[in-house]
Amino acid sequence: MSPAAPSPAAPSPAVEFRSVSRHFGPATAPVKAVDGVDLTIAEGSFFAMLGPSGSGKTTCLRLISGFEKPTAGSIRIFGQDVSDIPPNRRNVNTVFQDYALFPHMSVRDNVAYGLMVKGVDRRTRDDRAEEMLSLVKLDGYGDRKPAQLSGGQRQRVALARALVNEPRVLLLDEPLGALDLKLREAMQDELKTLQARLGITFIFVTHDQGEALSMADSLAVFNNGRIAQIGTPAQVYARPRTRFVADFVGSSNVLPPDVTRAFGGPAAWSSLRPEALRLTAPDGVALSGTVTTHRYLGAGNRVTVATQGTEISALVPAGQPLPETGATVGIAFDPAALHVMEGEG
Amino acid sequence: MHSDRASIGLRLSATAGLLFLHLPILVVFLYAFTTEEKSYAFPPPGLTTQWFAVAWNRADIWPPLYLSLWVASVSTLLALILGTLVSAAMVQSRFFGRDQISLLILLPIALPGVITGMSLRSAFSIMDIPFSTLTIILGHATFCIVIVYNNAVARFRRLSGGILEASADLGANSFQTFRHVLLPNLGSALLAGGMLAFALSFDEVIVTTFTAGQQSTLPIWMLQELVRPRERPVTNVVAIVVFLATFFPILIAYYLTRDGAETAGSGK
Amino acid sequence: MIPAAAPAILAERGLADRLTAIFWRRPRLLLGILLAPPLIWLGLVYLGSLAALLLQSFYSIDEFSGVVKQEFTLKTYAELFRAQNLDIIIRTLLMSAAVTLGCAIIAFPIAYYAARFAKGRWKAVFYLGVMLPLWSSYLVKVYAWKLILAKEGIITWAADALHLSMVLNAVLSIPGIGGNSLSTSWIGTFLVFVYIWLPYMILPMQAALERVPNSMLEASADLGASRSQTFRTVVFPLALPGIIAGSIFTFSLTMGDYIIPQIVGTSARFIGLAVYQLQGTAGNIPLAAAFAVVPIVIMLLYLTVAKRMGAFDAL
Repeated sequence: MSPAAPSPAAPSPAVEFRSVSRHFGPATAPVKAVDGVDLTIAEGSFFAMLGPSGSGKTTCLRLISGFEKPTAGSIRIFGQDVSDIPPNRRNVNTVFQDYALFPHMSVRDNVAYGLMVKGVDRRTRDDRAEEMLSLVKLDGYGDRKPAQLSGGQRQRVALARALVNEPRVLLLDEPLGALDLKLREAMQDELKTLQARLGITFIFVTHDQGEALSMADSLAVFNNGRIAQIGTPAQVYARPRTRFVADFVGSSNVLPPDVTRAFGGPAAWSSLRPEALRLTAPDGVALSGTVTTHRYLGAGNRVTVATQGTEISALVPAGQPLPETGATVGIAFDPAALHVMEGEG
Repeated sequence: MHSDRASIGLRLSATAGLLFLHLPILVVFLYAFTTEEKSYAFPPPGLTTQWFAVAWNRADIWPPLYLSLWVASVSTLLALILGTLVSAAMVQSRFFGRDQISLLILLPIALPGVITGMSLRSAFSIMDIPFSTLTIILGHATFCIVIVYNNAVARFRRLSGGILEASADLGANSFQTFRHVLLPNLGSALLAGGMLAFALSFDEVIVTTFTAGQQSTLPIWMLQELVRPRERPVTNVVAIVVFLATFFPILIAYYLTRDGAETAGSGK
Repeated sequence: MIPAAAPAILAERGLADRLTAIFWRRPRLLLGILLAPPLIWLGLVYLGSLAALLLQSFYSIDEFSGVVKQEFTLKTYAELFRAQNLDIIIRTLLMSAAVTLGCAIIAFPIAYYAARFAKGRWKAVFYLGVMLPLWSSYLVKVYAWKLILAKEGIITWAADALHLSMVLNAVLSIPGIGGNSLSTSWIGTFLVFVYIWLPYMILPMQAALERVPNSMLEASADLGASRSQTFRTVVFPLALPGIIAGSIFTFSLTMGDYIIPQIVGTSARFIGLAVYQLQGTAGNIPLAAAFAVVPIVIMLLYLTVAKRMGAFDAL
């Protein structure tokens, strides 16, 4: 099939959503899983869709792979409208959340499946499958059945199976959700390395903000079927656009308008990172409060202080003096760290 | 007191219950070897294998046997096709009227056979359809659908729904997904359903008496012998054949589905 | 490694791809294609026949010519209330109730043991032990009992051997349910019915009992309840939906059966036998149809009550 649109001078983005909505249920009272999403994902990026469950991120992923169809709007993959293209003809592959390995096939046949349905001969596809298995460090596992593998190994098979088709976009649906912490961290590094090496676009869905921040080079935060903010991890972390983002991404203090004003800002919602706060002696500072709790975090302590009718957390690095619970402390911070947000939602 | 050991009374009554279910069938095997021709005398005065040869040479047994095999095969095939189609539709999506359809599938075995039989008989009478092998098959296939359906639906539910999507995602069209992913995973459940449907059809007598007209399936032949015995030991031999023809498919069906959650026989 | 020129969209290859795209665009079309053959079959053959049954039951037969008059009438239903026909219905219902009760009593220890004590291998043994008799040849099972209950058969022989002939004769001489031999008595019919339908009671009962957590029984014991108290207050109420679900099968199957009373028992007629004889030798299809409607109505009532009692959760 020849591209419908003439190639523009600038390369097309890998994936583009233009006011895409996906509603379920009756037209009179629809459930808006995805509601007017505009999104541009650059080729070669490692893009994260972050949000709580039911926020629409997985539906967006399924819209790209073709397992959902938009109720309104259009989706382009490398500039081509895919509204009419079924999943099997989209050069996009998915690593499914539960891996969805074919239980009746060997690991090798699982990996070679995409080539088999394209009519590639057995020798070639077996060779390619072995290559992919070695790419995910599973050399020699080809003859096993999925049931004989550990969770981490199945995850790698799913990855190899999705990559064998040389997709231009790889979709990952909560790919690390079922793994334990240690394995998860190792796989995060591996996925990152793999993406850099292959140079293809990775789009992954997660509800784990730490995972999104550490892996992605840009991310979209979803809330109620809409995108609350798009940006680099640093942007989203440091300058959350809305209260929801500030709450969901990281552990910011979210300050209501009157507290913001007491802190020296305008009467609007704002956020303040715990690490930007310093606890001082109560005298000679504009703000003070009472220590209510501390929590040991390893690299430091998180101290909660009650002030101005709200609670504020400060990160006290390890080695610094820790105020007792019930003590009165002063709160100091760099005014530049106070980030005033645009909206509440 | 509620330890992991059952009381003696419970163990005895459970064991007795199981024996009650199984011993009577063994009696048929014993009687096939008796030398007594005229009565059901117990214990048998002597043992012989001659009745197997006698039965083999009885010309009137073969046509009913062939008819039963033919009817069971065709009914099973029809039930396999229809049962698989409907289970695929029911598992795939929720739609209006879904519950009514599952009731409709269940009805032919939920209601007593005499009702299914009499209904078909009424329809044939109203529409002036003469009795034939086809009328027998119509009835059998109808109550066999649910057997295949139950097995297929149970397997569909156990399959990770993701594997069908994974197949499409990897570039397979619907037919490739069906052949390479769905069929291999559904296969043993369908085979089990087919075995049970065959056993059920091969053995069925109640609906058949309403739809067969002058033809005899093996169970109908047997029923006539039971009501008006002619050569009792031959009936014993046929009983063994009928029993084995249903016993092995059931056993195979059990082994095909035992690792799964599906219970092969739920709701005969 | 990935050629940048790889297309974002793969070309369509042939008819299979084109059909796949059509199914994908119109999922209802695929659903329709899947559902059409089975629904046409069940709709035409089964529902059509049930409709024919109802229709026939509103026809009547001309008493002189014996020809079915295809005119709407309630005359045929009125015939059901003649004393001899009412007898058949009541006799059938009584037998169905007795069989259901008998099945419940015999099934309980088996279901209870299988659900609560059988583990691993024994669980499989119990499962197969119930499943095989359920599925194996109906006619052979009935036949086996004709052999067992015959006057010269095993039961008589065993009674002789154990010097219990007196007991057997005493039982057979009970008026109303006894008879010349077990195979021609009500007791015989009852025994065979119980035997044949027993697995249908065991399975739902076991399913219901398996849902009773062991901790609940232990809690009851801890609170000082005796075995019989635990049974009455904890086990039985929890097993009840299973018993009702099983009773749907045993009741309905007994009500519709006509082979067993024909082979074992007195020659008194049951609904099933009445239906069979009326449509066959008597050629009175309307009355046969009306008789067949009786179990349908009774089962509908039974199901409505059972549903209220939560029996369907145990199926």
